[in-house]
Amino acid sequence: MGAGHAHPLYLPGTSPLHRARPQCKIAATLLFVLAVVATPREAFWAFGVYALGLLGLARAGRVPLGLLARRLVIELPFLLFAVFLPVVGQGERVEVLGVSLAVGGLWAAWNIVVKGTMGVAASTILAATTPVAELLGGLDRLRLPKALTTIAGFMVRYADVIADEVRRMRIARISRGHDPRWIWQARAVAASAGTLFIRSYERGERVYLAMVSRGYAGSMPELQELAATRAQWLAALCLPAAAALVAITAWGLR
Amino acid sequence: MRAALEVDGVAFAYPDGHQALFGVSFRIERGERVALLGPNGAGKTTLVLHCNGVLLPGAGRVTVTGLPVAPEHLKEIRRRVGIVFQDPDDQLFMPTVAEDVAFGPANLGLRGAELETRVKAALAAVGMEEHATRPPHHLSFGQRRRVAVATVLAMEPDILILDEPSSNLDPASRRELAEIVTGLDVTILMVTHDLPYALQLCPRALVMNGGAITADGPTAELLADAELLAANRLELPFGFDPAALRVR
Repeated sequence: MGAGHAHPLYLPGTSPLHRARPQCKIAATLLFVLAVVATPREAFWAFGVYALGLLGLARAGRVPLGLLARRLVIELPFLLFAVFLPVVGQGERVEVLGVSLAVGGLWAAWNIVVKGTMGVAASTILAATTPVAELLGGLDRLRLPKALTTIAGFMVRYADVIADEVRRMRIARISRGHDPRWIWQARAVAASAGTLFIRSYERGERVYLAMVSRGYAGSMPELQELAATRAQWLAALCLPAAAALVAITAWGLR
Repeated sequence: MRAALEVDGVAFAYPDGHQALFGVSFRIERGERVALLGPNGAGKTTLVLHCNGVLLPGAGRVTVTGLPVAPEHLKEIRRRVGIVFQDPDDQLFMPTVAEDVAFGPANLGLRGAELETRVKAALAAVGMEEHATRPPHHLSFGQRRRVAVATVLAMEPDILILDEPSSNLDPASRRELAEIVTGLDVTILMVTHDLPYALQLCPRALVMNGGAITADGPTAELLADAELLAANRLELPFGFDPAALRVR
């Protein structure tokens, strides 16, 4: 079953970043990304400053840079879109290594690549230093509707259980000689999906029964002690405040 | 002396018309460990769900240490009756073990240090203290079953109901769970068709078949009665000698 494997994104540790309150980290990440997005794309120096800030943050959280780089790979599909912009773009063109590229397209592509990378890097550092349970608790503290965080919590809890069920059903199928190569052989897979839905629905009923049996009456109890002090908030908001300052300066210098 | 659990003439039919219980009656005294034996479909789980008011009987009544199971007492009844369900994945739904164990007592209104003490004591009772901060899905099946027992112990129930506690456990986990159960100072009703486990843990057994209690007596005597077992679709494992049971 799902025993023995750690959560894929979280890196256990005791760095100051690990110990910071999750709600502060989430708010700081969001504000930092907003500041990055609001920066004019021509201000190369500003993005250099942001990158340095993120590197410092990764260092403070003991997140190895190699790991950070590997996790950035997730944005590749989105960047592919950006690669086409200079090629198909209209307007003024320049020759780069014998290829004619649109200047407007190049700027748009740069804009997407640099801001996307900053955002993904920031959220990677957040995910590497905050366990999922704390992330959910933090979102709770940030007044996200309780129903949403509860549903997200159940999703995280049961994703492994359901994935395991999918794996067992697949093994059972191929053990009986099922070898789908063509789209018209997908019928068994579709039937499995239906069965999985029914099973998960029934599991939902059983979980609810177990909750009711332990006194659940419609709302989840507050369990985590997550209140953040003013000092913790101030410390966490330093980075996005600095980023906002950089963004404002960059607009001023334009 | 009030019985820990008293079931009196309980009959129940599901909304689809299927009649699951036909006048079930028995008493369990405080501190007893009783096995509820019966084949699949005998109505064991339906009966269990009557003990904490998830289902309410069509006729008859259920009383837990003197308090009738009725809609106005459900909160207190669910504190008094702790049910450990068969699949620990159904029982453990919170992000960490400690939070899951805290779920029940928190619903009872406990907070802070008091809640923490409860959680620690319950995890200690099943030997899982060092796993408190782990997510339940990172534990082995046997460990999850033990945490499931702790989630219910944390509510300090008067009676603990275990639904098929030995199912899917390897022999070592099975023995560990038996040691935990015998070490608990609480009334226990254990639903099972694992007859040797019932014999090991419960001096008394109830046999249920077709929605009614068909036998009630010392477990060793019931299991030595081959005719009774056959009539109720119960079977001892291969190589298990009923004659050896009489000697005990």
